[in-house]
Amino acid sequence: MNKINLIIWREFITRVRKPSFLIMTILGPVLIAGGILLTMYLASQEATIQHVLVIDQEGVIGTRLNDTDNVKFLLEGQNWTDSAFKASPYTVRVNLLPNVLNVPQADLYYKKLPSEFAMNTIRNELEKAIEQAKLRDANIDKEAYDRVRKPLDLKKFDIEEVNTQSFAQERALIGFFFGYFMFIFIFMYGVQVMRGVMEEKQNRIVEVLIGSVKPFQLMMGKIVGIALVGFIQFILWIIITTTMLGAGTAVLAANKFDAKQLAEQGMTTEVQAKLEKAQGGHAADFDQEQVLGPLRQLNIPLILGVFLFYFICGYLLYSSLLAAIGSAVDSETDTQQFMFPVTIPMVAAIIIAQMAVYNPDSPAVFWSSIIPFTSPIVMMVRVAMGSAPAWQLMLSMALLIGTFLLTTWVAGRIYRTGILMYGKKASWKEMGKWLFYKG
Amino acid sequence: MIEAQGITKRFGDHTALEAVSLTVPEGKVFGLLGPNGAGKTTLIRIITRITGPDEGRILMNGRPMTDADVAHMGYLPEERGLYKKMKVGEQALYLARLKGLSKAEATKRLKERFERWDMGSWWNKKVEELSKGMAQKVQFITTILHEPKLLILDEPFSGFDPINAELVRTEILALRDQGVTVMLSTHSMPSVEELCDSIGLIDHARLMLHGNVREIRRRYAQNIFQVDYTGNRVALANALSFTGELVSSKEEGEHGTARIRLSKGSTVNDVLRQLLPAVEVRGVQEEIPRMHDIFIRVVSETEPASVTAGMTE
Repeated sequence: MNKINLIIWREFITRVRKPSFLIMTILGPVLIAGGILLTMYLASQEATIQHVLVIDQEGVIGTRLNDTDNVKFLLEGQNWTDSAFKASPYTVRVNLLPNVLNVPQADLYYKKLPSEFAMNTIRNELEKAIEQAKLRDANIDKEAYDRVRKPLDLKKFDIEEVNTQSFAQERALIGFFFGYFMFIFIFMYGVQVMRGVMEEKQNRIVEVLIGSVKPFQLMMGKIVGIALVGFIQFILWIIITTTMLGAGTAVLAANKFDAKQLAEQGMTTEVQAKLEKAQGGHAADFDQEQVLGPLRQLNIPLILGVFLFYFICGYLLYSSLLAAIGSAVDSETDTQQFMFPVTIPMVAAIIIAQMAVYNPDSPAVFWSSIIPFTSPIVMMVRVAMGSAPAWQLMLSMALLIGTFLLTTWVAGRIYRTGILMYGKKASWKEMGKWLFYKG
Repeated sequence: MIEAQGITKRFGDHTALEAVSLTVPEGKVFGLLGPNGAGKTTLIRIITRITGPDEGRILMNGRPMTDADVAHMGYLPEERGLYKKMKVGEQALYLARLKGLSKAEATKRLKERFERWDMGSWWNKKVEELSKGMAQKVQFITTILHEPKLLILDEPFSGFDPINAELVRTEILALRDQGVTVMLSTHSMPSVEELCDSIGLIDHARLMLHGNVREIRRRYAQNIFQVDYTGNRVALANALSFTGELVSSKEEGEHGTARIRLSKGSTVNDVLRQLLPAVEVRGVQEEIPRMHDIFIRVVSETEPASVTAGMTE
């Protein structure tokens, strides 16, 4: 086996065998899947059925109120006293206030606060009933009204691709997810590289190793080995999390649980609001199109290719810098002053990437997608959105490759000198000098 | 053979080595001596190419040393270090393979060595479970396993109990007999006398003493002879007349041992000729100073504050 492979193997195997790796590999998915499953479970527990007593003294509501699985209505023309309500099996009482047709207001009394979901069902159902009463009063034909009331379906098209609807923003969110993943990965494992370098320096084993391998091999071996650990860990996380989620939802489903309803509950309020707006017959179509549309539009091979490129280059860029820092200092506390300038661009990139989702054409987004230290994360969003012309992507990639070569060279020089230097307080000036040492 | 030529190394205002030139003969054990902070480790780090000299150069067999030469070295640093979380056997294998041994060959040599040195049960232990001395033993093995032609040992005996120190000492001599050149730094003067063929003594960044151990000891001899005798001490002292001077003596009944410093120009034969009529001479031996004394003399001599009287050289 080649020496660098041997180093990669050691970095990989010793980390993977550590108990902490096993714990993290299991704990991560347990926390993620457990969290999701717990919310789903709690939501399904909400199957406590709400029996709603609607007091309509003016007889406004002419039609029947539609019961759902969890909300059952009873319409009453007479007022119920509080004590009568308390004694009754009803869980919620809604008093439509006088003149509700003109001043749409109602008071809701509960024994136990119903969930937001149940509350929404109650509100929607009452709103619909009142709406119908109003229509009846004004002699408006229901069908005509529905026709009038239809919301405008504003579809976006890129003028270059008029045949397909554009989901740029949704795609940008997917890009952001990839970018965020890079951010987490680079940080978690970059810092591990730094720690590993410091360990070797502190226990002086590097003095022995340097006799048989070049400092650069040692550094790259560590960077690659730790990256492999990260890959394995993430792959295991994905496998374990999806398996747990699959098994968990199956169990929950078996426990008499409405998958569709849960899916609705799991949705963000934003999507829910959209769904509500588009109420009527389109709900199902809309839902599907909303989810599948952006996915169908993503150029998945391109996204994955770009992701892999930026991910690998970004990781190499940052981890080599962190390795250089680890080699230059004698103790953990000394790392702070050097960590700061390395962390700033990463954090800035995440903030700008968030901006890019909603405002892809701002100059900040453009420049930070070109400048190498922030480009991996920001460009990811732009590529997913399809807002980056090929030449910008090429330029950004070329600059990243150039910078990555430069920083690994610089880091290698600093590492080579720093790793064997003891007792000398590393400063920026000192590290600058190390760059030009002969040897 | 290694030759250091005019090695100077400075760290800021501090001079660690000043124009040090010395020779490590091939196939011999060379001891690098000196008080703490004298610059020994700096010189070793220059020879192992961990750091570079500001001036001067290192020659190996007459040509400037290169990085490739380092691959044929075995180096045991003063501050021992192994990966704490790694298993002993695995780590030793890793280091041996980095030195270029094949997996099979490294395993064979390690197993054999572990067996011979009674370390068989350590193989699957983590380094952090070993005592300091045990870890050092492991590290010594990893230093010599790839059969280097040149062995550089910084304080090889520190931290070892007498049994293990003896083990290491025997190993060093065995390696020398196989033609390995050994350079070691130590504070243990008895080991120097026992092990080293030649030495270099560094103090305050300068080379103070350099050469063959026997010659150096002889050079520092103060012309004192120990004479075992039977008879009267006063008679002995009187009989010496101008040939020598009685430095000290010890008596046990009739028997005594006198330390006699020869006067300038006289030989031990002259002294004996004087003594023979006065006392019965049972034995004569030249007093050769121990490295310990030479070390203290040389080092305290260079201390500007303390002036040692009576130095003759």
